[in-house]
Amino acid sequence: MPNTEYEAVIGLEVHAELKTESKIFCSCSTEFGAEPNTQICPICTGMPGVLPVLNRKVLEYAIKTGLALNCEIAEFSKYDRKNYFYPDLPKAYQISQYDLPICRNGYLEIEVDGQQKRVGITRVHMEEDAGKLVHQGTITATPYSLVDLNRSGVPLLEIVSEPDMRTPQEARLYMEKLRAILLFLGVSDCKMQEGSLRCDANVSVRPRGETRFGTKTEIKNMNSFRALERALEFEIDRQIELLEDGEKIVQETRTWDESKQATFSMRSKEEAHDYRYFPDPDLVPVVVDRDWVEAVRETLPELPDAARKRLVQNYGLPEYDATVLTLTKDTLDFFDRCMEEYHDAKVVSNWIMGELNRLLNQQNLEITECKVTPFGLVSMLRLIDEGTISGKMAKSVFEEMFATGKQPEVIIKEKGMVQISDESALEPIIARIVADNPKVVEDYRNGKDKAFGFFVGQVMKATRGQANPKMVNDILKRILSGA
Amino acid sequence: MELCQLTAHELKDKLVQKEITATDILDSCLQRVAQVETQVKAFVTLTEESARETARAVDEKGDYRGLAGITCALKDNLCTKGIRTTCSSRMLENFVPPYDATVVRKMKDEQAVILGKLNMDEFAMGSSTENSAFFPTSNPWDLERVPGGSSGGSAAAVAADEVIYALGSDTGGSIRQPAAFCGVVGMKPTYGRVSRYGLVAFASSLDQIGSLTKDVTDCALVLNLISGYDKMDSTSVNAEVPDYTRFLVPDIKGFKIGVPREYFQAGVDERVKEVIKQALLKMEDLGAMVEETSLPHTEYALPAYYIIAPAEASSNLARFDGVRYGLRDTEAENIIEMFASTRARGFGPEVKRRIMLGTYALSSGYYDAYYLKALKVRRLVKEDFDRAFARYDVLAVPTTPTVAFKIHEKSDNVLSMYMSDIATIPINLAGVPALSIPGGFVDGLPVGLQLIGKPFAEGTILRVAYTFEQNTDYVGRKPKLGVN
Repeated sequence: MPNTEYEAVIGLEVHAELKTESKIFCSCSTEFGAEPNTQICPICTGMPGVLPVLNRKVLEYAIKTGLALNCEIAEFSKYDRKNYFYPDLPKAYQISQYDLPICRNGYLEIEVDGQQKRVGITRVHMEEDAGKLVHQGTITATPYSLVDLNRSGVPLLEIVSEPDMRTPQEARLYMEKLRAILLFLGVSDCKMQEGSLRCDANVSVRPRGETRFGTKTEIKNMNSFRALERALEFEIDRQIELLEDGEKIVQETRTWDESKQATFSMRSKEEAHDYRYFPDPDLVPVVVDRDWVEAVRETLPELPDAARKRLVQNYGLPEYDATVLTLTKDTLDFFDRCMEEYHDAKVVSNWIMGELNRLLNQQNLEITECKVTPFGLVSMLRLIDEGTISGKMAKSVFEEMFATGKQPEVIIKEKGMVQISDESALEPIIARIVADNPKVVEDYRNGKDKAFGFFVGQVMKATRGQANPKMVNDILKRILSGA
Repeated sequence: MELCQLTAHELKDKLVQKEITATDILDSCLQRVAQVETQVKAFVTLTEESARETARAVDEKGDYRGLAGITCALKDNLCTKGIRTTCSSRMLENFVPPYDATVVRKMKDEQAVILGKLNMDEFAMGSSTENSAFFPTSNPWDLERVPGGSSGGSAAAVAADEVIYALGSDTGGSIRQPAAFCGVVGMKPTYGRVSRYGLVAFASSLDQIGSLTKDVTDCALVLNLISGYDKMDSTSVNAEVPDYTRFLVPDIKGFKIGVPREYFQAGVDERVKEVIKQALLKMEDLGAMVEETSLPHTEYALPAYYIIAPAEASSNLARFDGVRYGLRDTEAENIIEMFASTRARGFGPEVKRRIMLGTYALSSGYYDAYYLKALKVRRLVKEDFDRAFARYDVLAVPTTPTVAFKIHEKSDNVLSMYMSDIATIPINLAGVPALSIPGGFVDGLPVGLQLIGKPFAEGTILRVAYTFEQNTDYVGRKPKLGVN
């Protein structure tokens, strides 16, 4: 049971890798998963004498994101150096933005228990990613570590929220919405597992009604939405317990340990780095011309909120369906393409949210990777409508489509799965089953509803599920009523 | 006269006339190196073999455009693909860059004959070349004296006729001060005129690559070669580059020359003042209007510089951590120890001093009081120049407060060493171009006359310098050096 005398205050810092073709300050590829140190050059390995040159696409994506998050786009912004030593940071400073970020003062909206809630966006800024260390075994016991600089210089957006969230669920909804927006914009892949979307949380608790903030901790290393929610739940409980015991919360950075399902202290405030930020003299300040901002605004696609409203208004879908269908751009595209060919939005929605999502999750696939096309799904729905197959048969047809990518007509033909909708074929079968079970007929006539179901089941069994269910119902009723 | 004693433009004429070959020039320079290098010690690395190949290739083609076939050398902080680039530091003693600096690429495209890499103060920090981790370089005019710094090897090599011209870099006077001490022409172009890509950074907002040449005409030729926008350097300026030789006109009638009095105050040797005074009288004779003026914030330039330059350096030099290239302490127990001991061993005392100064100035709690304040001072210094250039075509001042000092004379007195750049530092803070030209002599040692121009008005400076050169006999005088 959550302790209701306290409330949590949560703010999130999200890093999203941008999907540009080349890195932020050099022309190396940003492709994920290449052999270590194959996508590097003198610039992203921090050779002596090299200089950064901004990839304009990064600026465009940052502006796009800022506009989608209702931010002000700064006319003047600049790049700063964040100085610290680490073997994966080739220049020993990260080029970032400190006091003059490209975007400020925005918000996004989440829906909490049917209510719209606005979460403030403090700022969005551009920066470069660091490389990656590969340890031999654990970080503390490794005899040596290898450095892979493929990721060094991949562009990132850091998106910082206001401390506006009060529950782990709100934090999760915020992340889902932010991810949906970035996916709709097409600026990031947002794959938490691959690290293209990362999230740190600042969390504190305070007695309900208190307006001042409590002492916060920063939580790192949460690699999924679920980890985020769990880590916050754990941390909030931990902090409340400390306060209940009359102890003080220490301002510190803590790491989420997925296997232990707990947060552990990494470093205290005293150990915090002094990054010695100062303006990077190798880069000129960014002056964004208003016309360009307007031109970028023109290119903004439909965003999740607008799409959700459209689904509710145009198709009469429930809010819940509309939210699920707009979690990613690809899901929405799948739905929209189905609707170009099919009339019943709720049926399409049920299939996407139901069978399709179930199979995708089971096999850990993205909707774009699956073999079922919108055309395939619509063809299958038509076969149901035409009575060629039953809804029940459709489930196994769909599984086959998902597995093989074959069209439903082909599968039905191959497996001989055509629905029996011929009265003259069904009637003798049903009549025989009724005749064979006089006891059940008596139960039925005595008002036992179960008895009817028994007969339907027997008919389906006898026809290997291929009997037209509606027709079975009609014939059964007629026979049982003694007509 | 040996070929190595001639200027680039004189040699170019002979090449075009087919009187000599590029190989002849190289041979002459190599002979000179064999005679004097043990005394001067200007080179960190000689690249005789590749120089020969280039000279041979130029001669085969017989196309002596621009500076093709002229023997030259580079300060050892300009990255050269396949040739070690040390910055005269233990840290980079065996560092071989995988790429060429933009200026080096331009020189290679021009088929300049690059004879090697020249000594300097470690990472360009210093004013005497005594901070080289390898050895000090001597002043060809007096081997007991320093050549200045940090481009001391570049100035000495040109003054000693080991090469025809050299490239250097100038962050607070590192081309002009050694040029003055060694009696050659040194140009620091406008910030942004020459690409910094491939120049190992000391202080990025102040660094600029420039030339050390035997006369003003050569200065114009080298500037033609190295100037221009480079998409690899965001701070290089996309402005048209004129043919600088067009400005070599011996006429300054009606030119307005401002002489800021702050550059003649305490600390400037009376004899140096006298030389500059005579030079200015000469300018008047030649028809220029010479007038005293004031740059009131000059005295704050040096302290501001010693905040800004070390601050940037502390960050620029952080990459020398032993992880990817350069020195590494392989005995270290863990990564933190490796960082610390690699840097402790790899950097000399002056570099460490500046890293510490800069780290301190940028630290939380001190940033506003030091770094931010220094930036404001920098702005005031720049505005002084803007105001002066509303009235004057160029400003003329001494390049250095004294002539070349003795080796070890200032190496234990850091502040006195820093003061030797007092007349060159404000120019870097303002980002404007300036040139040092031999303006006279004191006790047989050259004195530099510094001409300062408006941003991108290198041409105006060249014209004034050329006129002065053509009407005096200071440029082209040679040190004795115990040979001939």
